[in-house]
Amino acid sequence: MSNAVEQVLKPKLAVEIAGLKLKNPIMPASGTFGYGEEYSPYIDLNQLGAIVTKGMSLNPKAGNNTPRICETVSGMLNAIGLQNVGVDAFIKDKMAFLSQYDTPVIVNFFGNTQEEYGEVAARLDDVPGVAALEMNISCPNVKHGGIVFGTDPQAAAAVVTSVRKRTTKPLIVKLTPNVTDIQILARATEEAGADALSLINTLTGMAVDIKTRKPRLANTIGGLSGPAIRPVAVRLVHQVVQAVKVPVIGIGGITCAADALEFLIVGAKAVQVGTANFVNPDAMATIIADLEKFCVEEGIADINDLIGTLEL
Amino acid sequence: MQDLKTIVLSNQEISPGYYRMKILASGYSESAKPGQFVMLRVQRSFTPLLRRPFGVFQVGFIPADCDTLPPKEFIELVYKVVGGGTETMRELQSGDAVELLGPLGSGFTADASIAEKILVGGGIGLVPLYMLATELVKTSKVSLFVGGRTRDDIITISEFERLGVNVSVATEDGSLGETGFVTRLLEQRLEEPHQTEVFACGPMPMLDAVQKICATSEVSLQVSLEALMACGVGACLGCVVKGEGHTINEPRYLCSCTSGPVFNAESLDWNKTEAIKMVGGGK
Ligand SMILES: Cc1cc2nc3c(=O)[nH]c(=O)nc-3n(C[C@H](O)[C@H](O)[C@H](O)COP(=O)(O)OP(=O)(O)OC[C@H]3O[C@@H](n4cnc5c(N)ncnc54)[C@H](O)[C@@H]3O)c2cc1C
Ligand SMILES: Cc1cc2nc3c(=O)[nH]c(=O)nc-3n(C[C@H](O)[C@H](O)[C@H](O)COP(=O)(O)O)c2cc1C
Ligand code: FES
Repeated sequence: MSNAVEQVLKPKLAVEIAGLKLKNPIMPASGTFGYGEEYSPYIDLNQLGAIVTKGMSLNPKAGNNTPRICETVSGMLNAIGLQNVGVDAFIKDKMAFLSQYDTPVIVNFFGNTQEEYGEVAARLDDVPGVAALEMNISCPNVKHGGIVFGTDPQAAAAVVTSVRKRTTKPLIVKLTPNVTDIQILARATEEAGADALSLINTLTGMAVDIKTRKPRLANTIGGLSGPAIRPVAVRLVHQVVQAVKVPVIGIGGITCAADALEFLIVGAKAVQVGTANFVNPDAMATIIADLEKFCVEEGIADINDLIGTLEL
Repeated sequence: MQDLKTIVLSNQEISPGYYRMKILASGYSESAKPGQFVMLRVQRSFTPLLRRPFGVFQVGFIPADCDTLPPKEFIELVYKVVGGGTETMRELQSGDAVELLGPLGSGFTADASIAEKILVGGGIGLVPLYMLATELVKTSKVSLFVGGRTRDDIITISEFERLGVNVSVATEDGSLGETGFVTRLLEQRLEEPHQTEVFACGPMPMLDAVQKICATSEVSLQVSLEALMACGVGACLGCVVKGEGHTINEPRYLCSCTSGPVFNAESLDWNKTEAIKMVGGGK
C-alpha cells in the first residue's frame, strides 16, 4: 500500500543520454565544479545526475594572467584560460575520488590542435569510471591562425571525426554560442559522430574599468555566464533541438528548477548548472528537489513526458 | 566548512564608510582560525550575483535574549563600503537573512619560538589581524603598525590596545599618529636587527613595501592577499596569484582561496611580470 502511494508521489526523474543512464537530468557545467571534490563538503555527489569535470588538456595548463573574473549585471565574465592539471595527472590523481560515487563521470576536454584532441580522448578511452566524454570545441586551433574550432563547420566536423575514431565512450560535443547559425554547427558535429550535443558555452564579452580605462580582465575578452545569458541559451537550445536527432543538454544561467524546466520543455534531455554553484554550493540539490515537487504538482509521473513539450 | 543559512545579529557604522556586522554562526568559535575568511551572500536575489569574501574579525558568544537559552555563537566582520555588494550589506539589519560559506582558506601560522610579533595593517586590511592578535598575545609581545589615508581609516585600534597590543599609527595626511606611510614605522622598528616575525594585510603597494623591508632585514613575513573570488572553494580558479618563480613563459599560479589567502612571502612572486595580452575568449 505505502509502496503504491510512494510511486504516485515520487515522479521518475531518470533520463538516458547516448546510453548513459542518469538518476535525474541535473549535472554541473564544466569548470564551475572543479574536479567534484571541491564541492563535496557542501553537496552529496551521489544525488547528481552526473559529474562533469573541469576541462582537461594533453599537457597541464597554467591559465591566463589576472584578473581572470569580474562580475557584470546578473552574470560574470571569466578568462581562466582553461587552467588544468593535464589529462594524465587527472587520471592518476582525481579519478579515484570520483569513482567512489554512484554517479556517472563525464570528462570535459579540449586541445590546441586536432591531434591533441584525439590524443586526450584516446588516453581517457580505457579509463574505468569515465562514463562519457564532453568535448569543448570553443578553443582556438593554434595550427590554423587561432580560429575557434566550434565556429567553423568544417573545422568542427573534422575535429569531431578525429576524436570519434579514438574513443568508444559516448561523445558529447559542447557547442559555442558565438556563431551566426548554430544549426549548421549542430548538424555538422552530429554528422561527424557526436552522440549528444551540449550548449551553450559562454558568450564572449568584455567590460571596461572607466577610471583606469583598462579592460577588467587581463585577457581583455572573456566568457559571459550566469542568469544574464539564459534567454540566449534557451533560444539556441530550441534551435538545435529542431536541427538534430541526437539528445541535447541545455546549459546557461540555470539557478533554480524553473530555469531548468524551460530548457527541458524546449527539448533538452538534461541540463548543466554552472555559475549558480558559486552562489549556492547546494544549488543542484535544491533544483532536483524542486523538479520533483513540480512534477508532483503538475501530475507528471515521468520527467520524460515533459521533455520537448513546447507548445507553439 | 559549512554553508549556513543564518541571520544578522547587528550591523553598525563605526567610522564613515566602515561597518561591523555580527552574524549568528554556530560552529565558528571552534572551527575558525585567524586569517581565514567567509563567502557571504548578502541577499537572496542575484544582484549582486556572486558572494563576497570577508576576513573573520573575531568569533565569540553573546548572551541569549532569555536566561534559559544557551548563548549565541557569532562571527564578526568589519567591512568598508566600496561597491554594490557592500552597499547592500550596509542596509542589513538585525534579523535579516544572509548565507555564510566558511570558514575558508589557510590561516596564519605563528612560530612559537619567536617571542616578538609585528602586525602591519593598511586600512581595512586590519581585519584578519585582530583574531590573530587575540592568539598571539597569549605567548608573545605584539606590536601593531596601522596606516590609512586619514584618521577615519584607522579603525578598531582600541580593541587591539585592550588585548595589550602596542599600537602605532601613521596617516598620510597626519590627522592621526605619524604623518606618512605605515611602512616607515616598520622600517624604523627593523633598523636594529632583532628576532621577530611579521604578519601583514592591506593594499598591494603597502604589501610590496613591507615585503622589501622584511626581505632586507631577513625577517619572516606572512601576508594575507585580497584576490577577486567567485567560488571561494577552489573550483573556479578565478582567484589565483603569481607564485615564486613565475615567468611569462612558465607561469606559476597559486589558488588564493585554498592555498591562501595567507601566504609565506617567499612563496609569492614579487616581481611585476609584464601582463600578457591574448585575443579570443578563454574559459
Ligand atoms: C580573503 C579576502 C578577505 C577580505 N576581507 C575583507 C574584510 O574583512 N573587509 C572588507 O571590507 N573587505 C574585505 N575583502 C574585500 C571585499 O571582498 C571587497 O571589498 C568586496 O567584495 C567588494 O564588493 P562590492 O560589491 O561592494 O564592490 P565591487 O562593486 O565588487 O567592487 C568595488 C571596487 O572594489 C574593488 N574590489 C572588489 N573586490 C575586491 C577584492 N577582493 N580585493 C580588492 N579590491 C576589490 C573592485 O575592483 C572595485 O574597484 C576581502 C577580500 C578577500 C579576497
Ligand atoms: C569559471 C568558469 C570556468 C569554465 N570552464 C569551462 C571549461 O573548462 N570547459 C568548458 O567546456 N566550459 C567551461 N565553462 C563554461 C560553463 O561550463 C558553461 O557552459 C557556462 O558557464 C554557461 O553556464 P552558466 O551560465 O550556468 O554558468 C566555464 C565557465 C566558468 C564560469
Ligand atoms: S575563488 Fe574560485 S578558485 Fe578561488
